[in-house]
Amino acid sequence: MKLKPNIATSENGFIFNPATGDSFMANVMASEIVNHLKKEKSIPEIRLLLLEKYDVEQQQLDRDLDDLLQQLKEANLLD
Amino acid sequence: MITMEKLKYERPVIRKMNTGLMNKFGTRTEFEPVKDIDGVPVKSLIRQFGSPLFVLSEKRIRRNYQSAVRAFNTRYPKVQFAWSYKTNYINAVCKVFHQEGSWAEVVSGFEYRKALGNGVPGEHIIFNGPDKKPGDLLLAVENNSLIHIDHFDELFLLLSLCKPLNRKPRVAIRVNMDTGVYPLWDRFGFNYENGQAWTAITRIMESGKLNLVGLHCHIGTFMLSTSAYAVAARKLCDLASRCKEQLQVAVQYLDLGGGFPSTNTLKGSYLPGIDTVPSVDDFAEVITTTILDYGFRPDELPLLILESGRVLIDDAGYLLGTVIANKRLSDGRRATILDFGVNTLFTSFWYEHKISPAQDFTHHTEDMVLYGPLCMNIDVVRENINLPLLEPGDHVVTHKVGAYNMTQWMQFISMRPAVVMIDQGGQPHVIRKAETLDYLQVPESMPDHLK
Repeated sequence: MKLKPNIATSENGFIFNPATGDSFMANVMASEIVNHLKKEKSIPEIRLLLLEKYDVEQQQLDRDLDDLLQQLKEANLLD
Repeated sequence: MITMEKLKYERPVIRKMNTGLMNKFGTRTEFEPVKDIDGVPVKSLIRQFGSPLFVLSEKRIRRNYQSAVRAFNTRYPKVQFAWSYKTNYINAVCKVFHQEGSWAEVVSGFEYRKALGNGVPGEHIIFNGPDKKPGDLLLAVENNSLIHIDHFDELFLLLSLCKPLNRKPRVAIRVNMDTGVYPLWDRFGFNYENGQAWTAITRIMESGKLNLVGLHCHIGTFMLSTSAYAVAARKLCDLASRCKEQLQVAVQYLDLGGGFPSTNTLKGSYLPGIDTVPSVDDFAEVITTTILDYGFRPDELPLLILESGRVLIDDAGYLLGTVIANKRLSDGRRATILDFGVNTLFTSFWYEHKISPAQDFTHHTEDMVLYGPLCMNIDVVRENINLPLLEPGDHVVTHKVGAYNMTQWMQFISMRPAVVMIDQGGQPHVIRKAETLDYLQVPESMPDHLK
């Protein structure tokens, strides 16, 4: 699961796809996950990092990660 | 050992930023969660009485009533409101209106009996509607109620019923008319323009058996035009004046019915209801001005009766609910399933109800569809709404649901929930229990061969 290489992100959650001109706003969690993806971290790695840092149950995180990946796919941001 | 406290988590979302024309109305409507109703926390209401839950504010009902009465009383000397039972006939609700001085306006035999049971004197019950059974009419005659005749068959039925009685029932006719609005509600009452109303009046007078005391109309529902009421009032005044001149009958009251809208937003409206709907004062102004300017002698000025329902109670009612699940539709849209559907919130067929989260949220929002819990495709509470992120177990508050939902709701797949009224001191009272399977099966019976 890789982010397209040309996707630009900013620290405050702005995501830009120069190929299509589409831009997106991510909330804090989505922004952090997208930045991890940009650094080519795997999903299991990201999952561990988030579980350590945030007050969230593993089951909910798994469900929400799946949902975010679906959103990124719909947004044409994944390879 | 030092343990780091973990950070607060929020479901990750991205939102596409659209360029193009600015939407001057913005997209986001919810800035503050609605955590309590009249000071009673939503969480505790749900914990105590279950979810979903209808909640009515007694304080708001009384305020609405008092301000509507004031709107008319300050413009016209003789005004009487009659609570429209079909809008919400839970006895506790009716009692609040009756305590405030409202008569009862009923449209069926069981509503009539409810009004009697609520202590309304018979002469203060207005009996409307096209389906008055002979037994209901006799009861109304015995109690000296105001019977508003809807059609000729009812007129003749009433005449035959009162033949053996030594009583002269007090009656009015319902008049339908062209007030310049569509649709014309000509299915109720006698038409003004084609002379049917006048024929009915003369029949009543010729019979000598009935006492014509009033004239009634009810020109529509959720009326967004005040001028239609001016037309209606003028036409009733014309009829009253003709009664006086040609039949020497002074009509005692004009009943302008109801139809004033609440501030809910109708489906398909571009602007929210709160910005577009005329106020009760606007309606009062045109109705009273028309009657006062008509030229009645001061001692013959008719009593003005209003049968408002929706405008007096809609914004006093809330439906609390809980998020069951979130999912994503095939086109990527967010869908949220709530524990109340169209069988409970019947008015979601007409309105884009305002729905607020009942707990704190961040500034991120999602466009979503809100579904009810029914296993039916039509169970859509809001087709498009922009709300903060909701999680299963979160609570929501649906606003302005006091009118018609607690009478038109139906038991279908899920049961009808409890109704709670918060009194003026902030104390919640159950005024209708949640339905149970036992309650549901009371009228059922099993043939022997299936036992």
